[in-house]
Amino acid sequence: MAALPHLPALRRGKPYASLDQVEVKDCRTGEALARLSQVNAGIIRKDLARISEARSALMQFSCDRLLEICHQAAGFFLNESLPLGDQGHTQTPQQYVETLSATSGLPFVMVRRNMEKVASALRQMRTILNSLTRGLDLGILDRGLGEQAGARISFYAASPCLGLVMPSNSPGVNSLWLPAIPLKIPVILKPGREEPWTPYRIIQALIAAGCPAQAFGFYPTDHEGSAEILRGCGRALVFGDKSTTAQYANNPAIQVHGPGLSKILIGEDQIERWPEFIDLMASSIADNGGRSCINASTVVVPRYAAEIADALAQKLGPLAPLPPQDETAKLAAFANSRMADSIDAAIEEGLRSPGAVEVTAKYRNGSRKASFEGAVYMRPAIVLCDSFAHPLANREFLFPYASVVQAAQADMLSQIGPSLVVTAITQDTAFRAALLESPLIDRLNLGPISTMQVAWDQPHEGNLFEFLYRRRALELS
Amino acid sequence: MSLDPNTLSAAQNQLDAHMREIIAWHFSPETGCPFWLDWASKAGWDPRREVKSFADLVARFPHFQDEWLRELQPDVWVPAKYQGRPYNIFETGGTTGMPKQRIGWDDYKTDYEEFSSKLPDEHFPRGAAWLMVGPTGPRRLRLAIEHLANFRGSPCYFVDLDPRWVKKVMGEKKLDQARAYMDHVVDQAVILLRHRKISALFTTPKLLEAMGEKLDLYEAGIRGVFCGGTTMAPQYVRFIVEEVLEGRIGFYPTYGNTLMGLAASAPLRPEDNFSVTYYAPQPRAVLRVVNPSQTGQAVDYDTWGRVELTTLTRELFLPRFLERDEAIRRQPRDPYPWDGVAEVRPFGAMEKTIVEGVY
Repeated sequence: MAALPHLPALRRGKPYASLDQVEVKDCRTGEALARLSQVNAGIIRKDLARISEARSALMQFSCDRLLEICHQAAGFFLNESLPLGDQGHTQTPQQYVETLSATSGLPFVMVRRNMEKVASALRQMRTILNSLTRGLDLGILDRGLGEQAGARISFYAASPCLGLVMPSNSPGVNSLWLPAIPLKIPVILKPGREEPWTPYRIIQALIAAGCPAQAFGFYPTDHEGSAEILRGCGRALVFGDKSTTAQYANNPAIQVHGPGLSKILIGEDQIERWPEFIDLMASSIADNGGRSCINASTVVVPRYAAEIADALAQKLGPLAPLPPQDETAKLAAFANSRMADSIDAAIEEGLRSPGAVEVTAKYRNGSRKASFEGAVYMRPAIVLCDSFAHPLANREFLFPYASVVQAAQADMLSQIGPSLVVTAITQDTAFRAALLESPLIDRLNLGPISTMQVAWDQPHEGNLFEFLYRRRALELS
Repeated sequence: MSLDPNTLSAAQNQLDAHMREIIAWHFSPETGCPFWLDWASKAGWDPRREVKSFADLVARFPHFQDEWLRELQPDVWVPAKYQGRPYNIFETGGTTGMPKQRIGWDDYKTDYEEFSSKLPDEHFPRGAAWLMVGPTGPRRLRLAIEHLANFRGSPCYFVDLDPRWVKKVMGEKKLDQARAYMDHVVDQAVILLRHRKISALFTTPKLLEAMGEKLDLYEAGIRGVFCGGTTMAPQYVRFIVEEVLEGRIGFYPTYGNTLMGLAASAPLRPEDNFSVTYYAPQPRAVLRVVNPSQTGQAVDYDTWGRVELTTLTRELFLPRFLERDEAIRRQPRDPYPWDGVAEVRPFGAMEKTIVEGVY
């Protein structure tokens, strides 16, 4: 057995060892932890031409059976040793945690939390599909037609596969594509550069639970290959910053998962109680190392902005890097230190525009960008902005960052812009109605609920069923 | 299999003798061209006396400057003996601004007639038609491919691709335009392949791949593909051989350009793991793989370095031209008793994104 595991590409489930391999390295020590086969775009095109074989393999199973497989896979993913590559290696859950932590910079505790999130999505897949399909009898997908509420209905797949260009920032994001499998749509997945581990492990867990291997395309590839996945799959999800996702914003075949720009709003009626919400705000900003698009990146309040910013800064400012195995670690290292450099530079540049002050600076006892045990970290930053017009007011970065902006309640909704999650702390009926009416908010939490809280029966970030299936008119005689 | 020392030294002696002849030609007033005669008078030394071996050439000549091919009128390159003979003007580059121009008479015929001996009849049947899909226009390649086909008794069809346009739109990130243009080129090729009996193809790897997606190349009659033009890393070569040509069509990668001619590749062996090594048409051209920061030194074998070209023909003396390519230096290999260059790719490819485009 070779010393290093080798993760092959998976072409309709079949391992393919490329001659072009890259090493996935520990971001602290530089030690290679695995080799990863890279494929060229032509291979993806070649396989997409035969994608109907993958779809046929899934069509042999009922949705119900695939849901059972998901449920069983949850246990495998969380608790079992699973194959790791094509050199005879296996990976225990603990090895998964350690390896992913080493390459992504996430501390163990966060990897475990993400692991649980993925397992929970697999375990609760029936609930998720029920929510995505609004209670559809899934047998209708098996048969192609049926009746619901007395009406004849028929659905067909909008595409024979789902393309996925995954990020490296947080493993929990993989839970978004999981419903594709019980919906019988094969996946063509490009893993993030530092994070092949989670999708590979999910795939192995699903195969071990009985899912046909042909359902999985796993293609570590370059920009051209990513573009091919997005262009050729018919339906695809892309993750990334604005520069990556902007070009796909108006493409109905591509669901864009860009910056979340999630926010916490406090209404006039609740603002006097602001100290009670500091813990909620802090956890919304900093949980999961501030790496999620559902982390709050802006706090909008009608009064006390300076006091709230100061209280958040007192709480988050002192947070410092800890060893990854420390159960109390709150910050994640940057696998690519240049990303930390550019984030730090962007904040510095923003602070040069008048009207913003970084409140955390006085509580941090050190620089924002910090080195610790061979890795680079960004320590939390809370920036008090005098208006939404300030360049740092509505930004999102890959670490615990938030601006605090003061705005009259009446102006909030016209200023917040598109927001993946909004937690609105208010009992004001008119304000609540306005929030419910806003087209800018994907997921709305009414009341003091963390932006990080995910309810599986509440689809967010686009409804995957509606993305993958279309209803057709059908007459029978 | 390593070559015996006598073969290697015979090749070296042949190169040195050929080089002396070419130096004598270009630096003698009765045969040489205005550029080199003028250069020698300004340099204050006579290469005919001081350059006796290829090692001397490396030691004494500076790098050939590509600006000379852009800025000077082509007449400065006409050897005295060729005065009055009309010449071909071949261009390379030119995506922005003035292209490099090389003039020539018969070199391309010599290069491609010699290359013909590397092509087996099994894959390139004599008399059967060729198709070239790639840059034609002012390029040497267009005449060279047609001459090669004709030399083998074959006619040749052409579909043009303008690489300057491709580079321009790719540089401006107009990827849709680049794709539309590629489709336009490939569609024309596919029409010819569907309506004419064609058995040999010259094209670039990307266009080959695209053609292979539109039709079954073997069923269309193709038996041999002669490829060149862009980077072909081992995995990509494997993909072409196994999945585009499906092991049924002969594949002959080459490395070449307007200034050098054509470097053929050594046939792939299993132990090569699809790493293609090219050998210059020595003694007419010499490729060295040099240390980029000390270009006088060749890098060690199996090490990356920058490609340096020296062209030694009566039509062109081009000493120590630093190509915009890097490659791995490889050992001599039968039938080539001189160094090879492998896995050629744009210089600095690891550090920056290079626009190679669709062709």
